[in-house]
Amino acid sequence: MTAAKRKKQSFSRISNISRQESFEHSLIGGPGFSRLVFCNDPGRPEAVPLNYASNYVRTTKYTAVTFLPRALFEQFRRVANMFFLFTAILSFTPLSPTSPLSTVVPFAFVVGITMVKELVEDLRRKKQDIEVNNRLVKVYSSHGSFQYVKWMDLRVGDVVKVEKDEFFPADLVLLSSSYEDPICYVETTNLDGETNLKLKQALQATSYLNEDSAFKDFRGIIRCEDPNANLYSFVGNLDVAGQRYPLTLNQLLLRDSKLKNTDYIYGVVIFTGHDTKVVQNSVTPPSKRSKIEKQTDKLVYLLFAVLVLMSFTGSLVFGIATREDLQHGRMKRWYLRPDETTIYYNPKRAPIAATLQFFTALLLYSYLIPISLYVSVEIVKVLQSFLINKDLHMYYEEGDKPAHARTSNLNEELGQVDTILSDKTGTLTCNSMDFVKCSIAGTSYGYGVTEVERALARKKTSSLAQEKSDEDFHEFYMETNPLVKGFNFKDERITNGRWVNEPYSDVILKFFRLLAICHTAIPDVNEENGTVTYEAESPDEAAFVVAAREVGFEFCERSQASISINELDPLTGKKVKRIFELLKVIEFSSSRKRMSVIIRDEEGNLLLLCKGADSIMFQRLASNGREFEEHTRLHINEYANAGLRTMVLAYRQLEEVEYQRFNEEFTKAKNMIIADQEKIAEAVAETIEKDLILLGATAVEDKLQIGVPECIDKLARAGIKIWVLTGDKMETAINIGFACSLLRQGMKHIIINSETAEFDALEKSLNESAASEALKANIFHQIEKANDLLASSNESLSLIIDGKALTYALDIDVKDFFLELAISCSTVICCRSTPKQKALVTRLVKLKTRKTTLAIGDGANDVGMLQEADIGVGISGFEGMQAVMSSDIAIGQFRYMERLLLVHGHWCYRRISLMICYFFYKNIAFGFTLFFYQAYASFSGQTVYNEWCLSLYNVLFTSLPAIALGVFDQDIPARLCLKFPVLYQQGVQNVLFSWFRIIGWASNAIFSSICIFLICILGLEDQAFRRGGEVVGLEILGATMYTCVVWVVNCQMALSINYFTYIQHLFIWGGIALWYIFLLAFGAMDPSISTTAFMVFIEACAPSPSFWLILPLVLFVALLPYFTYTAIQMHFFPMSHQMIQLMYAQSDDTEFV
Amino acid sequence: MNSNNTPSSSAGGPGSAAADSTAPPTTRNSKRPKYSRFTQQELPACKPILTPKWVISAFMLVTVIFIPIGVASLFASHDVVEIIDRYETDCIPEDSRKDKIAYIQSSGDKTCNRILNVTKHMKHPIYVYYQLDNYYQNHRRYVKSRSDQQLRDRDSENDTSACKPEDKTANGSTIVPCGLIAWSLFNDSYSFSRNNQNLSVNKHGISWKSDRDHKFGKDVFPKNFQSGGLIGGKHLNESIPLSEQEDLIVWMRTAALPTFRKLYGKIEVDLVAGDVINVTLQNNYNTYSFNGKKKLVLSTTSWLGGKNDFLGIAYLTVGGLCFFLAMVFTIIYLVKPRRLGDPSYLSWNRNPGGH
Repeated sequence: MTAAKRKKQSFSRISNISRQESFEHSLIGGPGFSRLVFCNDPGRPEAVPLNYASNYVRTTKYTAVTFLPRALFEQFRRVANMFFLFTAILSFTPLSPTSPLSTVVPFAFVVGITMVKELVEDLRRKKQDIEVNNRLVKVYSSHGSFQYVKWMDLRVGDVVKVEKDEFFPADLVLLSSSYEDPICYVETTNLDGETNLKLKQALQATSYLNEDSAFKDFRGIIRCEDPNANLYSFVGNLDVAGQRYPLTLNQLLLRDSKLKNTDYIYGVVIFTGHDTKVVQNSVTPPSKRSKIEKQTDKLVYLLFAVLVLMSFTGSLVFGIATREDLQHGRMKRWYLRPDETTIYYNPKRAPIAATLQFFTALLLYSYLIPISLYVSVEIVKVLQSFLINKDLHMYYEEGDKPAHARTSNLNEELGQVDTILSDKTGTLTCNSMDFVKCSIAGTSYGYGVTEVERALARKKTSSLAQEKSDEDFHEFYMETNPLVKGFNFKDERITNGRWVNEPYSDVILKFFRLLAICHTAIPDVNEENGTVTYEAESPDEAAFVVAAREVGFEFCERSQASISINELDPLTGKKVKRIFELLKVIEFSSSRKRMSVIIRDEEGNLLLLCKGADSIMFQRLASNGREFEEHTRLHINEYANAGLRTMVLAYRQLEEVEYQRFNEEFTKAKNMIIADQEKIAEAVAETIEKDLILLGATAVEDKLQIGVPECIDKLARAGIKIWVLTGDKMETAINIGFACSLLRQGMKHIIINSETAEFDALEKSLNESAASEALKANIFHQIEKANDLLASSNESLSLIIDGKALTYALDIDVKDFFLELAISCSTVICCRSTPKQKALVTRLVKLKTRKTTLAIGDGANDVGMLQEADIGVGISGFEGMQAVMSSDIAIGQFRYMERLLLVHGHWCYRRISLMICYFFYKNIAFGFTLFFYQAYASFSGQTVYNEWCLSLYNVLFTSLPAIALGVFDQDIPARLCLKFPVLYQQGVQNVLFSWFRIIGWASNAIFSSICIFLICILGLEDQAFRRGGEVVGLEILGATMYTCVVWVVNCQMALSINYFTYIQHLFIWGGIALWYIFLLAFGAMDPSISTTAFMVFIEACAPSPSFWLILPLVLFVALLPYFTYTAIQMHFFPMSHQMIQLMYAQSDDTEFV
Repeated sequence: MNSNNTPSSSAGGPGSAAADSTAPPTTRNSKRPKYSRFTQQELPACKPILTPKWVISAFMLVTVIFIPIGVASLFASHDVVEIIDRYETDCIPEDSRKDKIAYIQSSGDKTCNRILNVTKHMKHPIYVYYQLDNYYQNHRRYVKSRSDQQLRDRDSENDTSACKPEDKTANGSTIVPCGLIAWSLFNDSYSFSRNNQNLSVNKHGISWKSDRDHKFGKDVFPKNFQSGGLIGGKHLNESIPLSEQEDLIVWMRTAALPTFRKLYGKIEVDLVAGDVINVTLQNNYNTYSFNGKKKLVLSTTSWLGGKNDFLGIAYLTVGGLCFFLAMVFTIIYLVKPRRLGDPSYLSWNRNPGGH
């Protein structure tokens, strides 16, 4: 620990914080800036009335108190549940055809289950909360000692001591650290997904507080802004020892970030619990609903309409019949006593009676609406995601990452994906960069063969591959794993210090020195063996620093003001430590596409070192700095063709005066408090980043992930369109496209490019607006041409477009043309696109195609895209957790997409759609028997079934098989799903849940109910139904019909599923058995409970042959149409899954196991 | 990939690195899902597929089972001898037929004689039914208008909330049995004679045993029944407990459909073909208000119950239909066979990838 203590560095000199108070600081104390913190004195009387939030952070949705009302409220936001609540209330009035209990119990059960589910989920969060809130942190207690306190007991004003690799328990103001110069490093992965370390620096005024005892007399008052969600601003000031110091973001340590590379820090708590920025920032991600769910809602509404229609018809007939009961004082149906009746049956006021009857009917036919549908679907989806999570084939061994379905309500949507929008880096590739080649002073170094080259070569030679000698082949294709992570550079001209003998050794020196200096990485020196590792913002950067190290320019130390390098002295051949004074870092941004540093070397020369994208850099070269331009450009193209990412390096010597002027302007720009402050700073930076002298270019390889080409090939064969949105250069993108078989030979490529000579000329010759007009016209022209091509050719097309062209193509007036073109291409690659464009493209594709889009990405820059798409899939890779946190499903590697979509997606889609169809089937079949019976009961609302049978229908006898169907059914096994990707089109074209199919099921249901009803009443009509001469009463007819219904719907289920495990057998036949058991058990209860079901089975039905003979008749007649239809369909126009089933039905199953 | 190419970690010698790399990442904290056939969705399963063989076999199976059942049911139905006599109009004197309701509501003797001819031998027991028509015993108001508590339990006598308006007499005393069902008890009565010899009708055991034992109390006696202004139907003997009032018990089992029969009694002797049976009936019950028919039915039973050809015919029809379908499918499969296992059938879908 002491060894890690670094020498005193004085940063104050270069500190950007000028002493003058900024505009914002003048606001302190006013509205919005009223927070008052008594440092190290939280118990002070003045602090008590401030009543700041406790540090207990609750992520649960409910508390013990709010659970019931809130969860109930959530439940009743669903229209169907609202309806059932309405019926439940009505059931307490005499309107109800059944007893209130039998209506309320199943409803309460269904709502209860959903609430239990909510509760379980919330308890899991609660457990996490408890863990977090009970973490311990050292807090200053008294007499110069620190004691452990639970996180949740922290108060505003407490002084805490946080040690290395610990999380900050609240938002703190940094007071001092283990470094004498009070700096510390912070990792903010949890906040923004960035993995690089950030530097924080305390005020000099508090830096003396670097040991426990120093706090004995420390008092201070912090005034600062009120809690807000802005992670990137903080305004406050600190009064200590009679002095006032401004506080900025530089002193703020945010909860949930982690202390790194620093032994300990002291800080004072300013925001606790829900006031902390990270908690304020947490927004619930947009909730997504699947298309099937939306369609189901429509279906439910349709059923409502049918229900109302049925009730209306019924009440009309009832009203007429009731009115006729008493005419001119003569009673017609005298046995109903119409002369002395209640309002519900009053012939004198028949319209009112009819209206009331309408509600009774509504209650009665409410069995048409599957009460348990939503809860069953939810249960099924949770179980489905459980199975997705548990799939071993989607477990990423190396990263120890199983698939993780973070939301379960999109499972079936996975089977309907029409377009995949993919990020490239880290998604298709590993995002571990290897330094492979470089071009220095017009000479290209590095022999390595990239994967893309290999893939291309493989493509070319695949036809004659067999002829080649195996060994030769093997050598060429053999994977070479670099010994050093990030460095796969092989060239004996450079390595082992031999570069000094090269002709332009001075350029090589500058080149590698630039790599070692111009970056934002932080070294981590292993004290034991002296090796250095780096924490870098991006893997590219790490690769550069590693490359420099391996060549002999070891970046070993960074302080705020300097960078130290151990480098080989070309003259002496010894390692010397050089220290470069770091004057300014102009950071990388996606719009600038370059970064620069300004340093002063040991000789006192002022140097600007710059690295950036070629498109930008070549423009900024000095006329005398273009010596190697031609060769370098050539090499860059070569590298791009090999699928490498290139970066151009250049430098420039600065005059002292020039630097001073720049420094002034830049600092001023940086300190400005206006909206386009960044733009102005950029403009200032631009003034100095010019007239550069070219050194060369680097090329790093981002290896494709394993199995990506095969996976993409499968997905393409499944008819899924794939868009790649990447920041890469067009050439790189195209080559990666080939390497991962996005682009194939024999595909027509349409390239819409804005980076042609033509464009450059246009841009230069005209003013800005005219140029953009002309560009737009040009792009439009290109799109039109491509559209013509599209019309004329029947080959599959690929479209490659760059970011700038995309900007124009996405303009309102051209948009539709472009999207039309893009949608008809099977592959689209957008290169050089920004995160914003990614999200925009995703939205447009989603809106335009009205089909399901899936976005997949791994980085924070993909978040917009992931949230915009119907489904967001996050790759849990190296680039932090941001993408995963905002995704719906997280997987370890891209190749698991194949299984996720083709197997799980297909299955889930099939299961859910079939299950919902079946739900409607069983409820319509049941509901209509009730309706038909009403026609024979003068629509009075008398139920034919026992009321408990009625209410348990959905819950007990028919739901479990449907759930089993939803969880376990497989039309074909996983192996065949992968073998026949075309099957996936079923989901994309939504054939299993089309209105045609739904209506088919509904018709089948109505037919079934007609069969059940007619056969039962005709078979059991008025004659004796058994030898003893007894006739059929209401309860016997009810029991018989109900038995038929249970059998028919369960057998229909058995007929429609393709996959019988013991679970299906158990549930289907168990459901039927359960009905008989129920009938026996319920019938054995006291008649006051069982009412009409009393001994009906054991005494009346079971001994009667008619009862048993009716059943098979009903069953077979009801199922006959479906069976015949399926048989015919199977033979004449089988669906794709049926074809595959047929293909494998004959062959011996063991062959494929 | 060969093992000596595995990247060695920076720490440790090459030997130890190789040893480390062969060991899988420690399993104690691994998130690796555990294998089970259940979670991997690989449970053993049977996957029935409608191949021609199955389709034809299924149809044939139905045919083979259904036709014999159909024949048997039809025979059973034909074995039953049934005599039906519709009498509601004939039992009103010609001169009263203009206003049947007035007639039926008038007091006075409404005896009516009917003659039934036995055409076929009828074995005992012969069941005597009355059949009503257009009578909505399943109307919700009607069905609900009873008190099960009161019927079975003497102490719950006043539990008549569901029985209105037949719950209490005008002077407030409770009616037992209360409610519309009991009130409207059928009150036509039949007596039979053959060759001037009385044929006794056994009225015991015509109701469900469970009703007698559990739903109608042995100590519950009719009270204030049919004593109100409006007389609905039959009077009950107040000295006989409800559990023995079998006509009431039968009547209280409400019918499911508007046309229904109810058991009146049993004739325990055989009737021979050619017998002429004189029925003396009291035509008391008012079905005229709602144009309901009244029928007297004498019927034997078979193992399947009464006379009803529907089941038999339906079974035969379905059996026949399935046979027909089996034939059609056989022809289809023979004429236009589908070569199973031919992957070219999958080409129905123009290859979406286009390659």
